[in-house]
Amino acid sequence: MKQKEFDQVQQRLGGVSRRDFMKFCSAVAAGLALPEAVTPKIAHAITSPNRPPVIWLHGSECTGCSMSLLRSEHPSLEKLMLDLVSLDFHETLSAGAGHQAEEALEHAVEANYGKFILVIEGAVPLKDGGIYCRVGGKNFVDVVREIGPKAGAVIAVGSCASWGGVAAMDPNPTQCVGVDQVLKEKPVVSIPGCPPNPYNLLSTIIHYLTFNKLPALDSENRPKFAYGRLIHEHCERRPHFDNGRFARAFGDEGHRQGYCLYYLGCKGPVTYANCSTSQFGDAGSGCWPVATGHPCFGCAQKGVGFNMPQFSTSPVLHQTPAAEHAPINVERPDAKTPGSVGLMAGLGGAALGAGAVFAAKLGKGSQHEDEKA
Amino acid sequence: MSHEPKALGGRIFTPTFCLCIFIVVIAAYFAVKRLIFGIGSVTNLNDGYPWGIWIAYDVVVGTAFACGGYVMALLVYIINKGEYHPLVRPALLASMFGYTLAGVSVFLDIGRYLNAYNLYLPWQMNFHSVMFEVAMCIGTYIFVLWLEFTPAFVEKWGLKNFGKKLNKVIFAIIALGVLLPTMHQSSLGTMMLMAGYKLNPLWHTSTLPLLFLLTAIIMGFSMVVFEATISSRVYELGDETSMLSKIARIMTYVLGFYLVIRFQNVFMRGHMVDAFSGSFLGNMFLLENLLLIIGLVILAYPNYRNNPRLLFIAATCVLVGGSLYRFNTYIIGFDPGNGWKYFPSVGEQMITYGLIAFEIAMYTLFVKIFPVFSVHAPAESNH
Repeated sequence: MKQKEFDQVQQRLGGVSRRDFMKFCSAVAAGLALPEAVTPKIAHAITSPNRPPVIWLHGSECTGCSMSLLRSEHPSLEKLMLDLVSLDFHETLSAGAGHQAEEALEHAVEANYGKFILVIEGAVPLKDGGIYCRVGGKNFVDVVREIGPKAGAVIAVGSCASWGGVAAMDPNPTQCVGVDQVLKEKPVVSIPGCPPNPYNLLSTIIHYLTFNKLPALDSENRPKFAYGRLIHEHCERRPHFDNGRFARAFGDEGHRQGYCLYYLGCKGPVTYANCSTSQFGDAGSGCWPVATGHPCFGCAQKGVGFNMPQFSTSPVLHQTPAAEHAPINVERPDAKTPGSVGLMAGLGGAALGAGAVFAAKLGKGSQHEDEKA
Repeated sequence: MSHEPKALGGRIFTPTFCLCIFIVVIAAYFAVKRLIFGIGSVTNLNDGYPWGIWIAYDVVVGTAFACGGYVMALLVYIINKGEYHPLVRPALLASMFGYTLAGVSVFLDIGRYLNAYNLYLPWQMNFHSVMFEVAMCIGTYIFVLWLEFTPAFVEKWGLKNFGKKLNKVIFAIIALGVLLPTMHQSSLGTMMLMAGYKLNPLWHTSTLPLLFLLTAIIMGFSMVVFEATISSRVYELGDETSMLSKIARIMTYVLGFYLVIRFQNVFMRGHMVDAFSGSFLGNMFLLENLLLIIGLVILAYPNYRNNPRLLFIAATCVLVGGSLYRFNTYIIGFDPGNGWKYFPSVGEQMITYGLIAFEIAMYTLFVKIFPVFSVHAPAESNH
C-alpha cells in the first residue's frame, strides 16, 4: 500500500503509522500461514470503504471472549474493531442502551443484509423455549434464528458458542447448545477456547474480508490454521514428555524444574489449538497456562474442557508427531559388529606388535653400536 | 648450514608401498560410496554421535601427530635452534600429509560436502563460531604447510627464480605456520567445551584449550622422535639418537608441565575420586595418564633417553597416551544420553586406515623423489 493511499485512511485508523499498520497486516498473514505477498491485499481489504460490517451478539456466557479481545495490543483491538473492521453492533460495547440499542441492531442488520459477518459469543439455551437467556424481551434462540440467515458469514467465538462450553456443563440445566445446533442451514465457523486467542478470530475475519471466503476448516468447522495441530505437538515442555521427565505433584522437584505436566492432568495431548505456538490471549510469551506451570484443561476441545476431570490424565492421541514430519525418536542400535570390532582389534594388535618388534630390533642395533664403540 | 638434504632415490614399489596402496583403494571405494549414497550408507554416525573417528582420529589425533612440523618450526625458526634443522623437513613432510588428509576427512564428514566452498565466502562467515575458527585455520594451514615445504620442490626442479622470490616471503609463511597451529590446536579443545555435561568431568574443563595445545606440542615432539627413529633405521641414515635425545629433554619439561596442570585441574574440581572409582571411564583416565607418566619417567633420565630403544618406547607411550586423551575427550568420555551408542563401522574404519596408509605411502614416495633427509648430518652431531 502506497503512502498516498494510506494518507486517505490514516485519519480513520486513529493515528496508526503506516509502518505499524503494515506490520500488523503481515502478522495477520503469517498467523494465517499465507505468503507475505498477500499483505498488501489484506491492507486494502481492511481500509476499503466498502468492507462488510461485523455484528456481535451475546448469549449464555461470561463476556470473557470480548474481554480478551479488548485486551489485545497489536494494535489495540478496540481501534481495530471500531475503526478497521466496521463493528456496527456489539451489545456490551454499545454506547446506547435499551430500545435505542435494539434499534441500532435492527438498522445494522437491514442496512447490510446478506453481507455482514455475524459473530456470536455464548451458548444458546433451548429449554422451555429458550427463556433462560433473553435480551430486549426476545429469547436469544429466536434472535439467532432471525438474524443468522441474513448474515454473510457466521462465526461462533469461544467454547460456549462452539459447542456449549461452560454453560452446557453437566447436568446442563438450561439445555445449552452451540450455535451450529440452532443455525443448521448455514456453516458456522467455530473458534473455540475459553477465551480463544483474539488473533484466531481476527485472522478469520480478515481472511473473509480479503478473499471474500472463509479460511480452510476442519470437520468441526474450526479454522485449520489455528486448530490443525494438538497443543502437545508443539508444546515447549514436549522434550520432557519424550524423555520421561514429569512433574508428579504441584510444587515437587519436577514441577519446579519445569518438567512435563502430563501427570498433573494436562489435556494438551487431546486438545487441538495453537496455544503452544501463539500463546494465550495477547499477553506475550511465557504467559499461557502450561508455561506458568498449570496443566492445560482442554478449554478449546469439545468433550474435554468442562467435561473431563481437571486433574485426571488424558489419553495420548499421538505419541510421536505425525509421520510426515521428521521423527524425534530414531533407532539407537548398538553399533558394534563382530566385523568392525575385529578389524579395529586386529589392526591395533598388528600395529602394537610391529612397534614391539621394531623396538626389540632397535635394542639389538644399539648393542651392535655399543660393541663397535 | 653444512647439511644439504638429498633425495634418497631407490625402488618405489616396495612391498610396504604396495600394501598401503591396496588399503587406499579399499578406502577409496568406501569414500566414493559415502559421497554418492550419503554418510549413513558407510558410517555408524547418529544424532547422538555426529562426530565419529573421522573427526576424533583423522582430525583431532591426526593433526596432533602432524604437529611435528609445527614444533620443529617453533624450535628452529622462533627459538633459533639451528642444530635441529635436519629434522625440520621430514617433520614438515609428515605434517603436510597429516593436515591435508585431515582436510579430506572433514570433507567426507560434513553432510552436504558440496556446500563446503561457503567456508571461504566472507559474507557466509560466522565469526562467533569455534568450528569456523578451526575450519578456517586448518584450511589455511594446509596451504601454508605446502608452501613451507615448497623449497624441496624448488631444489628438485631447479626453479631458481621462483626460489629467490619464495626466500623473500618464506619468513612470513613460517610465522603463519607457527601461529595457525597454536590457534586451532587450542580451539580443538574449545570445541568440546560446548559438550557441557555430556562430556565426563574427568575431561570437561575450561582448561581444555590449554591441555589440547600442550598435548599437540608433546605429541608433535614425540612424532618427530618416532618418525626419525623409524626412518633412520629403514633408510639407514645413521644414528640420530643424540639429536633426538636433546629434543626429548625439551619434551620432559612440556610433558611435566602438562601433567601437573592435568592432575591439578582434576583435583581442583574434586573429580579425582572418579578416576579411582574403578569405572570404565576412570580406568581410561588412569591408562591415558599412566602412558604419559611412563614416557615422562623414561625421558627424564639422561641414561634412558640416550638409549634408542627406550627413547622409542617413550615416544610411542606419549603418542598413544596423548591420542587416548584426545579420543577420551571426543568419543569415549562423551555420552550424549538417551541410549545413544557409537562404534565405527568397517567402512568408516577403512577410510581412516586408508588415510593413514596414504600418508605412509606418500611419505615413502616423497623422501625418495624430493630432497627431504640430510644423510650426513647425524654423523656430525655424533661428536
